[in-house]
Amino acid sequence: MNFLDFEKPVQELLDQIEKVKQVGEKGKVDTTGTVKDLEDKIVETRKQIAGKLTPWQKVQLSRHPDRPYTLDYIEALTNGTFFELHGDRNVKDDKAMVGGLGKVGDQSVMFIGQQKGNTTKMRQYRNFGMPNPEGYRKALRLMKMAEKFNIPIVTLIDTPGAYPGLEGEERGQAEAIARNLFEMMRLKVPVICIIIGEGASGGALGIGIGDKVLMLENTWYSVISPESCSSILWRSWDFKEKAAEQLKLTPEDMLHNKLIDGIIKEPLGGAHVNPQEAFAFVKEELHKQLEKLLKNDPEKRIQKRIAKFCAMGAFEEKK
Amino acid sequence: MADSWFQRIKEGITTSTREKKETPEGLWYKCPSCKKIIPSEEHVANAFVCPSCDYHERIGSIEYFYLLFDDNKFLELSTEIMPTDPLHFVDTKNYKERLKATQGSTGLNDAIRTAVGPMNGKGVVIACMDFKFIGGSMGSVVGEKIARAIDYCIENKLPFVLISKSGGARMMEAAFSLMQMAKTSAKLTLLADAKLPFISLLTDPTTGGVTASYAMLGDFNIAEPGALIGFAGPRVVKETIKKDLPKGFQTSEFLLEHGFLDAIVNRKEMKNKLSHLFSMLMQGKQEEVS
Repeated sequence: MNFLDFEKPVQELLDQIEKVKQVGEKGKVDTTGTVKDLEDKIVETRKQIAGKLTPWQKVQLSRHPDRPYTLDYIEALTNGTFFELHGDRNVKDDKAMVGGLGKVGDQSVMFIGQQKGNTTKMRQYRNFGMPNPEGYRKALRLMKMAEKFNIPIVTLIDTPGAYPGLEGEERGQAEAIARNLFEMMRLKVPVICIIIGEGASGGALGIGIGDKVLMLENTWYSVISPESCSSILWRSWDFKEKAAEQLKLTPEDMLHNKLIDGIIKEPLGGAHVNPQEAFAFVKEELHKQLEKLLKNDPEKRIQKRIAKFCAMGAFEEKK
Repeated sequence: MADSWFQRIKEGITTSTREKKETPEGLWYKCPSCKKIIPSEEHVANAFVCPSCDYHERIGSIEYFYLLFDDNKFLELSTEIMPTDPLHFVDTKNYKERLKATQGSTGLNDAIRTAVGPMNGKGVVIACMDFKFIGGSMGSVVGEKIARAIDYCIENKLPFVLISKSGGARMMEAAFSLMQMAKTSAKLTLLADAKLPFISLLTDPTTGGVTASYAMLGDFNIAEPGALIGFAGPRVVKETIKKDLPKGFQTSEFLLEHGFLDAIVNRKEMKNKLSHLFSMLMQGKQEEVS
């Protein structure tokens, strides 16, 4: 298990429990009461931490090394029915963008999302969750297929950004993202987008146009990462905490500014503390949203989707 | 009238900054590319393009409207839309003050102007970004003005030209800025449904979220020669790959070669080429205006 700085009090309590248990075993003493007290204390501590998380700490939680990634969610939601589909039919299969069909309850769903890796080797294999143009084109191919067979789409967003490499530029990173924005606006099937980790800029938005855009509790979504924002605006990497505050990138801020449609709660302490519970929360929300969206007429759904994004912005009208 | 000698009889400078000519008579223009010096008037007459090396000087909406609308005749749209500071953003400066200062120094409300007018006798709506306004960054005003320009096109059955010149999203509007990519793309689907043509004109520089939304969504993507066009900026790409970038990387010519532009057009020929394309597409359905 990995612990972030501000999770250290929890780590200490867990260590204490471990020690108490060892002492108990050696001396054949009943420690149930002490352990129970310590466990209660952990819950209390977690509540305290959760109650005063700063935006930067939320960013850190969204990147927690133990946090579940896209395929973890998909596997859990589809209960063994997931069939992964590969390739953009043009260049290659982008390992940073995954997709495929699965059943959520009785409903077939097309899942698409950026994928990060758990080990150094897998992180490289997944390109740290940073797709190239072929990733966005693979996503669009799968979305078009879903539309053809009248299957709703769920995208799971978790990316530090679209990959800013040489080949990506050659193959039209910008065009690939732009095309997805345009095409996703008019998809005839319901589209639900969930930010499960990092929602960085165009790389996130490239699969982020939906009837419902939701954020998990400990995630962020903005035009730039706090680190890059700090380096550009303050010309130093040292202002990332301040940048995280200024960017208003938390789910609460995003909902307040009417830039997302809702927040999905996470287990106490974050999705990494109890992934099964996190999956259950997402599943419950998906069922609820799908049921509602599937009832609507496709044309009306598209109109509503377009109107929603057209209403985004803050400006004044001078008299 | 004993004291009239110190009373101001004539008014002082009445030309607003907006109308101010950037190139008064009798001045000289030095091409930053080939270093050749020519009279400014000649440079203006040559569409702000260097006559000897074809270097396209960065120009703004004032100049593009002057070059593309007949006799500089146009009606500016949505002039009432002004930027605000929705996030109370403070970096080294506070955004509100930054806006005020930039509005003062540029005479612009924000990084885009939109207008309707005649181009070779046919009505057209042109939206043009201004790089000198916070790097031509795309905030809520840019998105809203584009949205309203597209509405105007649809209501009046007019074709649309959008001239991009931007460093990308406006960080001080954070996610509001990001969502302008979605908003403008949404409006463009409506323009497409109305079967009205959209020319995206990419000029130096066009990068970031602007490229990754409307600038790449034209029925025709046309660029001026030698423009920097990309998703990530060259510095970021260089840091990522830890190698020097190939010569000509992310130029208009590079993008044409890789299949992302329909054509590269010299600014001197821009007006005629654009109206020619529109006339072929609209086949006489284009409204005559003068």
